[in-house]
Amino acid sequence: MKLPKLIAKNLMRHKLRTALTMLGLAVAILAFGLLRTVVTAWYAGVDASASNRLITRDAVSFIFPLPYSYRDQIAKIPDVSEVSFATWFQGTYVDNRPDHFFPRMAVDAETIFDLYPEFLLPLNQLEAFKKERNSCVIGAKIANEFNLKIGDILTIQGDIFPGNWQFVIRGIYTPKDKTVDATQMFFHWTYLDEKLKQDAPYRAGNVGWYVIRIDNPEKAPAVSEAVDRLFENSSAKTKTETEKAFQQSFVSLSSAIITSLEIVSYVIIGIILLVLANTIIMSARERIREYAVLKTLGFTSKHIFFLVAGESLFISIIGGGIGLAFTFPVVAGFGAAFPTFFPVFNIAGSTLALAITFSIVVGGVASIFPAIRSANIKIVDGLRQIG
Amino acid sequence: MADAIVQVHSVSKSYHRDSIEIPVLQNITLDVPEGEFLALMGPSGSGKTTLLNLIAGIDRPNSGSINVAGTNIVQLNESALARWRSRNVGFVFQFYNLMPVLTAFENVELPLLLTHLSKKERKEHVETALNVVGLADRIHHYPKQLSGGQEQRVAIARAVVTDPTIIVADEPTGDLDKKSADEILLLMERLNSEFKKTIVMVTHDPRAAERAHTTQHLEKGELIQ
Ligand SMILES: Nc1ncnc2c1ncn2[C@@H]1O[C@H](COP(=O)(O)OP(=O)(O)OP(=O)(O)O)[C@@H](O)[C@H]1O
Ligand SMILES: [Mg+2]
Repeated sequence: MKLPKLIAKNLMRHKLRTALTMLGLAVAILAFGLLRTVVTAWYAGVDASASNRLITRDAVSFIFPLPYSYRDQIAKIPDVSEVSFATWFQGTYVDNRPDHFFPRMAVDAETIFDLYPEFLLPLNQLEAFKKERNSCVIGAKIANEFNLKIGDILTIQGDIFPGNWQFVIRGIYTPKDKTVDATQMFFHWTYLDEKLKQDAPYRAGNVGWYVIRIDNPEKAPAVSEAVDRLFENSSAKTKTETEKAFQQSFVSLSSAIITSLEIVSYVIIGIILLVLANTIIMSARERIREYAVLKTLGFTSKHIFFLVAGESLFISIIGGGIGLAFTFPVVAGFGAAFPTFFPVFNIAGSTLALAITFSIVVGGVASIFPAIRSANIKIVDGLRQIG
Repeated sequence: MADAIVQVHSVSKSYHRDSIEIPVLQNITLDVPEGEFLALMGPSGSGKTTLLNLIAGIDRPNSGSINVAGTNIVQLNESALARWRSRNVGFVFQFYNLMPVLTAFENVELPLLLTHLSKKERKEHVETALNVVGLADRIHHYPKQLSGGQEQRVAIARAVVTDPTIIVADEPTGDLDKKSADEILLLMERLNSEFKKTIVMVTHDPRAAERAHTTQHLEKGELIQ
């Protein structure tokens, strides 16, 4: 027999208590992993944005359109290498259920895929898309999810732009890597604009925002300023910023929720730390006399510390390991349940590392005080304890 | 007596409860020759356990010196004292103090974990010790599955398994019925006569004291001849 065996035997003393504490740890680590994954999925969109793209939108709000005529003016600004644009179309696919939601945008078919090289589209599909006025390109995830193929008709019920809209799928793009959103749908802005000219002429000739490519990211502030100065005295003033800043403002409404999720994920770890500490303190108190006997036999404070801390670490590492093992299927299931809601939903390496670290840290921290107290118990006092 | 294995010299000990100092032992001087079987008697609260603890190196005096087998244990630091105890002292307590989660075998093996003995050697030592106390057939029993007398015999096996210089026993029969107590006393006697162990035993029981060679009386913290 060795001391670790004594730890194991001590753990088996209150099987229910040990099992429940381990279960608590497993649940806490699982919850932590899931919450962190939601948070990182959210930020993935922001992080994936390129630093060489600027977004120009209406200075007042994203919901106000900008004149199409701005395009050529922006293109003339020095250091601007390409200008594209898009309009948020929204609409409803099948019904209003959240899992039927995915971003739909009217874009400049000629340039949009030049500006977003992270959307990989075979050349022949790109050509087909450019040629056909009422065609569209969808992300691979959408195609999978709703079983859509090239040549299929995609029907969208318009809301911002009323009507029954039908698009022929001419391309399916794949994401360059895991951080790229593969749930978007793009169609011809000209198609939208032509319809508007007929149905609501006063809305025609507008775009939602411009996307500007600059070759030198360091020029971002200068170009942004130049664009905004250009339209300073126009009816629609502009606000230009990097795509990253734009994404952040876009999600700012929800960022309070995300921040609270982040806080809750740490609170959970804090709570389980207290639960484990409580268990270890209880156990250590029950065994003061036994620890005194061990010290009498010649075991040192270090041995006793090892016994108490080892027990705590054992619970936290096994419990955390179980929780981590379950995190993978749960995250996969969660991602499958909301495939388009979180375009990128993977357990990040940092989440994994944090979960493992916390499992160990919780075990260590929870046992520090009882372990020190048990280790420093005076033998004669411990032996006088009844029980 | 130069060859005394335990030499207690002018030892005083007091405890503090709140701010009050409680004197427990006053100026105790005591020699225990090698191979002695000494009984320490005295009324409750007279300081018997305290004196035994000082000799065994699990408590420290306020003044005086304690020499056991040539080592002045008062000067040892905490870890040196722990190492010294593991090699030189075998403990027998009134309430046995076995680890409830360990079998008889594992309880006896405990002090050997601090040695460099191999697993095989440890097994041999443990089996020998359990044989001496007559519990060879109970090695895989847990304390709960043993009678009080059997538990105390396991505790004695644990005390002798390291072949210590002295054995200290604090009322080893205090919690036992007469028959079990007699068995334990017989065993102690055998350890002394057959295995030449020096024993210091605290007891209330005059019949227990009869088994010892010498009896010392402690009263209000002082030895009386
Ligand atoms: N750790 C301690 N802290 C405070 N007081 C103590 C401590 N240990 C012993 N005492 C006090 O010292 C005195 C002697 O105690 P000790 O246990 O040595 O007596 P004893 O002779 O063994 O008694 P008993 O026969 O009841 O076991 C008692 O008054 C006791 O209350
Ligand atoms: Mg006593």
